[in-house]
Amino acid sequence: MKHAIRISCTRRNLKVVRDFVSEFLLSYHLAELVINQIVLAVDEVVANLIIHGNGEDESQFLDVRVSLQNEEFSIEIEDTNLTSYSPTSYVEPDLQEYVRIGKKGGVGMMLVNRIMDRVEFTTDGTRNLCRLYKKLS
Amino acid sequence: MKITQQSTESTLTLSLDGELDASSSVVLDTELSKPEILGNQKVLIDCRQLNYISSAGLGVFISHLQTFQDAGVKLVFFNMQDKVHNVFEILGLDSLMTIVPSEAEAVAV
Repeated sequence: MKHAIRISCTRRNLKVVRDFVSEFLLSYHLAELVINQIVLAVDEVVANLIIHGNGEDESQFLDVRVSLQNEEFSIEIEDTNLTSYSPTSYVEPDLQEYVRIGKKGGVGMMLVNRIMDRVEFTTDGTRNLCRLYKKLS
Repeated sequence: MKITQQSTESTLTLSLDGELDASSSVVLDTELSKPEILGNQKVLIDCRQLNYISSAGLGVFISHLQTFQDAGVKLVFFNMQDKVHNVFEILGLDSLMTIVPSEAEAVAV
């Protein structure tokens, strides 16, 4: 089982990451809904990093590593862009207001935060790490 | 994402086939942005072959909902797979949008 993948920063690779995470989770006999939720949370973060963090620059890469230990799924997404996405100013959006003003984006991190147990963004100055965790028991 | 259209006098049905993510949702946005779509009384979205939706796909529907409502166009989803419906539920969008089980119920809305 392959537990790591490197992708270039293009939206076309979103499907590649989704398939990679699905394949990893399929061997653990989880409910389809749960697999879809985790894949979705990963997709949202990877899309943010590709589009906002790295400006869809195909010369930039994301390293994605997954693991499952003690019935907890975790995923690390690493990049080296200094302006990488970090939702420190995240405020849960008001969807009725989004509908009223016709807003197209901005609900991705809401999904991630509602699906995953823990969401961490860290940086050491040269590399940025996003870690997502979800207990599966 | 493949979108098939079927039109009657007052109803446009869009059948979605594939996955709606940040890469593919632009195709749907283009369809829903066409001015002539507001000439329908109803726009029905057949989700039977919609296997995945991310926030980008949801955002397309969120961004057009008010325009549809202002124009008196009903937007109705039907045949939605459980895993896709679950994504609407996580955000509470199932209470802001009209989602029914079958085409017959969508037509009757």
